[in-house]
Amino acid sequence: MAYTEEELKKELETKEYEYGFYTDIESDTFPVGLNEDIIRKISEKKGEPDWMTKWRLEAFSSFKKMVEPDWSNVKYKKPDLQKISYYSAPKKKPKYNSLEEVDPELLKTFDKLGISVDEQKKLSGVAVDIVMDSVSVATTFRETLAKKGIIFCSISEAIQKHPELVKKYIGTVIPPRDNYYSALNSAVFTDGSFCYIPKGVRCPMELSTYFRINQAGTGQFERTLVIADEQSYVSYLEGCTAPSRDENQLHAAVVELIALDDAEIKYSTVQNWFPGDKNGKGGVFNFVTKRGLCHNRAKISWTQVETGSAVTWKYPSCVLKGDNSIGEFYSIAVTNNFQQADTGTKMVHLGNNTRSTIISKGISAGKSQNSYRGLVKVGSRAKNARNFSQCDSLLMGNNCGAHTFPYIEAKNNSAQVEHEATTSKIGEDQIFYCNQRGIDTEKAIALIVNGFSKEVLNKLPMEFAVEAQKLLEISLEGSVG
Amino acid sequence: MEFKEKLISSYLAFEGDLDLLDSVHQTRAKALRVFEKKGFPTKKDESWKYTSLNALVNADYALFPRSEASIELKDVKKYFLYDTDTYKVIFIDGVYSPFLSNTTHDGLDVCLMSAALTKPKYRNLINTYFNKIASLEESLTALNTSYSKEGAFVYIPKKTVAEKPIEIIHFASGEEHSLWLQPRNLIVVDKNSQVQIIERHQSLKDHPVVTNSVTEVYVHEEAFVDYYKLQNDLTSASLIDNTYIQQAKNSHASVHTFSLGGKLVRNNLRYYHTGQRILSTLKGVTILEGKQHVDHSTMVHHSHPNCESHQDYKGIFSERSEGVFNGQILVEKIAQKTNAFQQNNNVLLDDKATVNSKPQLEIYADDVKCSHGCTIGQMDEEALFYLRSRGIPKKEAKALMTYAFANNVLESVQLPSLKKRINGQIASKLGVNLGFEL
Repeated sequence: MAYTEEELKKELETKEYEYGFYTDIESDTFPVGLNEDIIRKISEKKGEPDWMTKWRLEAFSSFKKMVEPDWSNVKYKKPDLQKISYYSAPKKKPKYNSLEEVDPELLKTFDKLGISVDEQKKLSGVAVDIVMDSVSVATTFRETLAKKGIIFCSISEAIQKHPELVKKYIGTVIPPRDNYYSALNSAVFTDGSFCYIPKGVRCPMELSTYFRINQAGTGQFERTLVIADEQSYVSYLEGCTAPSRDENQLHAAVVELIALDDAEIKYSTVQNWFPGDKNGKGGVFNFVTKRGLCHNRAKISWTQVETGSAVTWKYPSCVLKGDNSIGEFYSIAVTNNFQQADTGTKMVHLGNNTRSTIISKGISAGKSQNSYRGLVKVGSRAKNARNFSQCDSLLMGNNCGAHTFPYIEAKNNSAQVEHEATTSKIGEDQIFYCNQRGIDTEKAIALIVNGFSKEVLNKLPMEFAVEAQKLLEISLEGSVG
Repeated sequence: MEFKEKLISSYLAFEGDLDLLDSVHQTRAKALRVFEKKGFPTKKDESWKYTSLNALVNADYALFPRSEASIELKDVKKYFLYDTDTYKVIFIDGVYSPFLSNTTHDGLDVCLMSAALTKPKYRNLINTYFNKIASLEESLTALNTSYSKEGAFVYIPKKTVAEKPIEIIHFASGEEHSLWLQPRNLIVVDKNSQVQIIERHQSLKDHPVVTNSVTEVYVHEEAFVDYYKLQNDLTSASLIDNTYIQQAKNSHASVHTFSLGGKLVRNNLRYYHTGQRILSTLKGVTILEGKQHVDHSTMVHHSHPNCESHQDYKGIFSERSEGVFNGQILVEKIAQKTNAFQQNNNVLLDDKATVNSKPQLEIYADDVKCSHGCTIGQMDEEALFYLRSRGIPKKEAKALMTYAFANNVLESVQLPSLKKRINGQIASKLGVNLGFEL
């Protein structure tokens, strides 16, 4: 029987969330609520120095003056921030020296995730920093990295051991008062990753963190800070999953990247938070602030594969401050059932001869809404800025929506900005063309969807490809191929 | 007293003087309440993000001219399409000028809004069409509605082709130190009919003038409306133009906007569909210098299947001028087989010129062809070199390329004499004489 788009749609809608398991690990969880005491307690619990506690409280005081923004093209029930527990850590919290010491329950979790730390360590050479319910439990390959002078650890450890670096850079790209959720994050973040690549060092392996929300009623507020010193290079991977739950879980992370002169940072995200069930119940609110700052001749490249979350609302951005700096953004956002996504990027051109590329692919199925929202801004003193943006949307079925909201602001006459966007469905003529050449409809759809997203998939680091492939299979390609 | 308060308090005095239909009275009173509540839009409103009215509305304006200004035909003849015979509806400071106009009731109605709003003969038309598609929520439109009194009224009955184009011109004589005008036009084109309309706002002296104009256009089945907006005013004059167009099945409505001057120009152009197989065309050329500011805000609401829309806006900006394009295509779930296209190309000639562009697609139907493109760039240096190496001076070469850039829009102008006029205006704006016509 021929495989039709109808069937594909059905399969997509009924596809269950494969990573929706819950790990029974005893956690040390704070009482719910948000106030200064909680923040002091978090800071105290983590044994933070005074300046950090002060920084958090300052962030909290500006947070209190803000209201939650509502300009986005997503609809959701605003999370009650007083009902969230701001700290949840696996209780048995030893310092692991090797994987063997890790709680076997936890290891099982990783097995289920398909990112067995063990296996990865041996086979792929990826160093993984796993953040589970906000506390980093295992950092692998640290020694190999340490030899090169690379610091890769949890941010709480970095605050202890490298306060000068953290103090110098934290909040410089995304100030606490930048927006509602970044202020919240700055006040209550519990853990995250920290990475510093020294001058002239090319990081020999892909660095990776894995986030997972485990405990019910906890928010994930992690904070990532990546600093690439002059002439260094790092490729950073981030993956996210969460177990299925009825209520919505909030994820409000902050990721700051700093690429000093001639440095390059490649930041890839595969996001597969629980999207809610097929009736739109539950799922993660993914409200993340991500921004990178490029100094002279530096390059920051964001690649993201967004398949999960009930609501995705984020704009990984590049501030091209230095001359000749480069910003890139490659994104695939897949929404299904009742998922909503309002995502895109901001490219702020400030230096001379800056270049940016935006490739965004949106695929919407079921009853989902998928929006691209992006800003390309050329400052009045940014000579010879160059931008190319392309936003393509693919609609599957008649109950979903695809939207494009690009903002283009050019204040310099030497700027060259191009934007183009298309919206289409899988064309009958395209399928016919394939059929004609002996490719059945099933394969044809797979081929077309694959081709549609290949431009972005190709940008993912090889080590991550298996992972990404797996997630895309869940969302789309698996069901057609 | 702030200008907003003045508008609200003047309303009462103004309303007492008028002898209008009851339903119109109610509509106006309601509209005033909307304006009172919302006030003037600010940059905090998403659709006014790039255009600030602050400077305009913080000044004081006369709402009603005190003395009746008269102007000589010879002074204003150059603003007419003098080499073509046209119907003319001419206003001076918002007051109808019978001397300059050429209206008709012969077979079709080209007359005055004030007549339509008061005479029983037009009661049905007014009840059916007046303020039915103009936004009830938008504060500037509401302000216009509450003060709507004068403007052009055009009614083309079934199976009628208006043989002459209609010119609607609003002059500001400059008798008043500063003036706020609120013309209101209503155009109804019945089944199988055709009409061409040219609208223009012109100041004769460089006194501050703000025009907040609302035009409602109803295009019935199989009808064709070809609308041209000429905006080449003095740099003391500002214009907020709100045009609402409703199209029935198989109709075609086309609006060309030529923004070549003015201090601040905002064009709100909205299209609504009530049937299938509709074609909507929106085109514009913007050439600015100095500190001029032009904002095109367009919306095409595709609510029926098998319709098409084309948007093509070109902008050329020099010195400190600012251009804004804010285009929206909204395709509803039911509007399958929609073919919507939106393009915005801009050239920045000087360092301080700015372009803000926001082309938006909002699509809820899957079987559609929707695309948009937006570019910001400069004149192609190589092409310029090519022309210069063939003996064409730099200025002329640039002008030639500007023509080429704007030509997509110009070539679809149906009135030859108008096309010639616009070509001439562009040439004089660029300060060249090419010696041939394009």
